[in-house]
This record gives sequence, structure tokens and C-alpha cells, in this order.
Amino acid sequence: MSGAELNVVDVVKQYPEHRALDGVSLTVNAGSYTVILGPSGSGKTTLLAILGGFAQPSSGRIEVDGQDVTTMAPSQRPTTTVFQDYALFPHLTVGQNVGFGLEMKSVGKKERMQRVKDVLEMVGLGHTTNRHIAELSGGQRQRIALARALIVEPRVLLLDEPLGALDLKLRRQMQDELTRIHQSVGTTFVHVTHDQEEAMSLADTIVVLRDGRIEDMGSPERLYLNPATAFSAKFMGDSNVTEGTVRAGGESVETAWGVVPVAQAGTAGEKVTVSVRPEHLVEGPAGSDHLGEWAVREAHFLGQRHRLIAERGGHELLVSLPQRSSVRQGDSIVLGVEPQMARIVKGDQ
Amino acid sequence: MRIIRSSLSWLYVVVIFGFILLPVISLVVFSFQATNLPVPPFTGPSLRWYEALFADSRMIEALRNSLVVGVVSGFFSTALGFLAAYGLARYRPAGARAIRAIVMTPLGVSYLVIGFGLSVTANELALGRSLVLVTLGHIIINLPLAFAIVLSQMREEDENLEKAARDLGAGEWTVISRIAIPVLLPGIMAAFLLSFTLSWDEFIIAFFLADFDVTLPIEIWSQLRTGLDAKTNAAGTLVFAISLVALTLAYVTNRAVQQRSRRI
Repeated sequence: MSGAELNVVDVVKQYPEHRALDGVSLTVNAGSYTVILGPSGSGKTTLLAILGGFAQPSSGRIEVDGQDVTTMAPSQRPTTTVFQDYALFPHLTVGQNVGFGLEMKSVGKKERMQRVKDVLEMVGLGHTTNRHIAELSGGQRQRIALARALIVEPRVLLLDEPLGALDLKLRRQMQDELTRIHQSVGTTFVHVTHDQEEAMSLADTIVVLRDGRIEDMGSPERLYLNPATAFSAKFMGDSNVTEGTVRAGGESVETAWGVVPVAQAGTAGEKVTVSVRPEHLVEGPAGSDHLGEWAVREAHFLGQRHRLIAERGGHELLVSLPQRSSVRQGDSIVLGVEPQMARIVKGDQ
Repeated sequence: MRIIRSSLSWLYVVVIFGFILLPVISLVVFSFQATNLPVPPFTGPSLRWYEALFADSRMIEALRNSLVVGVVSGFFSTALGFLAAYGLARYRPAGARAIRAIVMTPLGVSYLVIGFGLSVTANELALGRSLVLVTLGHIIINLPLAFAIVLSQMREEDENLEKAARDLGAGEWTVISRIAIPVLLPGIMAAFLLSFTLSWDEFIIAFFLADFDVTLPIEIWSQLRTGLDAKTNAAGTLVFAISLVALTLAYVTNRAVQQRSRRI
């Protein structure tokens, strides 16, 4: 099976009380792993329901490989959905669950059993065919749900927070599993989550959704290192965000923290918003522009990094220092900004 | 002081249960009476009245009628109750609350009014009294109950099961028969068994609507009128025993429902 290209064209979903989606347009490349990332209430689940055919947009349309599927029932679409609660049929065995889609398509029993066996082996649960759903662990249920959706060979697989119910360790494990399965089946995966770490580890493309609009969209690297907006910078990992004025020469910004060198050139005198990742703040002056001396209010050793909160005159900075750093709570440190790493982003309003 | 209080409350329990159960116990005990009258002293045990009961073709006929009316009305009450509950819970039509109230109304109307009303209506429509009318009456009284039981077991989470089935290509009939009904089966069985039990020993509506073919409670009543006889005790015991079996089954399936909701 090969993945299809998915087009969302100007989709609006209006509920009596609020607008869940406010003009969303995006193209999901054939065979890609796209993650729709957003906080709760951002409209991501509504968008997935519209892609799957479980909800109708108020306006706009959905195309799969150029074909308009907006008004098609879920069963007619070349998509299948993996539900957040897995929605496995509790009264059927694993094999009957997984084979359900083929049975609906009147695939003969012999072929069906073979394909059930194949897909169960792909998710590493070949031995569970005759078990009941209640006997399975959370991680196993997740894989069965995946197998049941994949067996009908959808062109696009929709995953609604598929790892949300699993504990952290299992979640990380399932992420690797999802990547492997995606590569082996070649179907387009569209995955909804609010977990940015999950999004970054899985996605070719991340779509950041906020209040029913697309805030930012691109590769995980681009989104993390060069966020378009302050929201996106803060939602994708930690970031320090402040406002300031571009200085003469356009390569640094005067802020309440001090002078921050920025990667892009601005227009001198312009009011801008600046985002600096905690790991791009360094100890000691890095070049001529630095932020001066700060008091370390909190210091936590997290194994790979030290995480500090530095404070000066009512301003706070989140700082991430390398493992070997010896800064402790109550110390004062001089902070600098790594060259080319601070960004001018679009402000919140 | 504490001893007095606890012995008083025990006494209270014994009196209450004695009051409730004594008639049943005496009914059952004297159905095994060896002599003619079901009054003390107890002369049994003997099965002669059960023998007489099964030899009485009118009783057996009534017993069969009661079983048929119970099963048929139980089936339709449950089927209609299930469809109403399913439609309301899944399609959330406008005015759902009003529809629910309307479906539940017969529960608040006395059997006398329902029986009398149906009898008058049947007269107006020139329909004779019959067991079919009795069955209809029992469907009316048991539908709200079956509806309420099934509705209480419908969980919103289960809607995703139906969505998943549709997503995988199932049509509406398949969704109902292969997913919704099996998932709700314990609740549906409980609704059926309770409807059956209530129909099985229902008297007033059957009395208003039955003609020459009668149900067991009516037959027992008419035999009681002609004279006291331990055979009616045997019939009453049989009614009680079958109710007990149906209620126990209803209880067991209900427990299965609760265990299921705990498990998943």
C-alpha cells in the first residue's frame, strides 16, 4: 500500500458556542508522518474527526490524492482512525478484532486469517490471536488497535493521541515502534498529540495548532530552532521570550535582559519579540554583547543538563547549562547568548 | 444499652421479614399439604396437589398462555426499549429529554388505568378481548422499564466502538447487531428477564383484557373463588418459583454488567 496526499482546504468548524477550526489549510505529503500538535482546545481532535469523516466541516473541503472526500462516510474514505481509547471490541478476540475490517469487505476466511496473522506479526503480537481484549496490557491494546486499522490498507492512517493512555516509558518505546511500522507500510500517518517530545521524535512535519488556526508548520528542526511565533517557541520546548527594540545595525535587540544578538536582521528602531532557548544561554560573556550578571534562584541537576532559573530586577531567565557546570543555587553568573541562536519571532498578539 | 439496641433492631428485622415472607412461606408449605385444606396443621409433605395441578387442563393451558405472553411481551418491550435507548443515546435528537419523559410515562400510570383504557379503546375499535391485547398491555407497562435499564447501561465510551466499526466498513445494521447488542447484552438480558417476570404475575391488565383464554394469575383467582383448595397453593408456588428463577438470572446478568464496567 502506498500513502496518499492529503489536502485540507480552508476548513472551518463552527459550533454554536465557539469556532473550533478557523480556516485551516494544509497539505500532508504522500507517505509522510505528520503530527498535529496543539494544547487541548486547539481544535486538533476536531480536525482529525473531520479528516476521518466523523464530523463535517462548516465550510472548506478535504481531498485525498486530489479527490474530494468531504461528504464521504468514514467507511468510504481511504482513511482509518486509531482511537485514543483504542475502541477495541470487548466481546471479540484479538483475531476477530483485527479481522473485522476484512470481514466487512467480504474477504474470504482463509485470506483473512493469513492477513490477520501477518499484521499481528508486524506489530509483534502474533501469539495473541485467540486472546480476549481484557487479557491484554495497555501497550498490547495499542498495537492491536494499530493492526486493526492497518489491515484494511488505508491510504491515510489517522491516530488520535494514540499514546496518551500509556506510561512514559512505554510511550517512548511505542514511538520507536510507530516509526518502524510507518516505514514498513508506507502509508501516510497523521497523528494528533499535545506532547511536543512525542511530536518531535515521530514527525517529518509538525503542524502547530492554536485556537483553531495553524500557528506554525515545518520540520521538527525548523520549528524548534527557528520558531515563527512566540507561542510556537514556548509550546515546542522551553523558551525565554521578551520584547525589545532593534538596535542600529539590525543585528541585535535591546531588551530588559540586556542586548541580545539575533540571527535575522531587523530594521533599526523596530519593536520586536525575541525568543532564546535555555540551552542557547551560556555561562560567561560570549562575544561583546552579553546579558550581565544574574542571580541563580534555583538550580536543578537533571542528569544530562543543569536547569537554572536566573533572576535580575524582576526578570527571569530559564537556563540550561552543560553537565560539567558547577553553578549552584545562590551563585551569581554572567550570561551570554550563543551567536546566531536567538530569534525574532512574531509576538502573541 | 448497646445490646438492647442491637437486639431491638434484630427483632425489627425479623418482624419485617416475617411480615413480608410469612404469606409466601405458608403458600409454599401448604402446597405440600396431604389433606384438602391448605390450613394448619401441616399434614404433608405430599405432591398430590402438584399432581392435581398438572392434571388440570385449564391450569396447564393458563400456564402456557402466561409463558407465551411473558416471552412475547418481554421480547417486544426489550426490543423497543433498546431501540429507543439506542436512538436517544447515540443520535441525540432534538427534544431528547421530552422523548425520554414520554417513553417513561406508563411507569407513572396505574395498571388499572392502562388496563381499563386499553379495554375501552379495544371496544371502540371493535377488537375483541384476547391474549394479544394482554400482550400489548404488558408491552406498554414494561417498555419504560426495559428502556431505563438499557439506557443506564449505554456508555458514551462505547460510541467509539461503533465509530470504529463504521470506519472499518460496517453498515448500520451490522453496527447494531455485531457491536451494540453484544456489548449491551447483559443489560438487554436483565431487561428481558425483568419484563418477563412482571408480565408473568401481572393480574389487573390481564383481567381487563383477557377473554376465555386467560393467564395463570387469572386462572388461580377464578379457581380460588370457587373454593379453597391446596391446588391453588401449588399453582402459586409454581408462579413464585419461576419468578424467582427469572429474577435471579436478572440479578446475575446485572452483576456481569457491573463487572464489565469495572474491568474496562
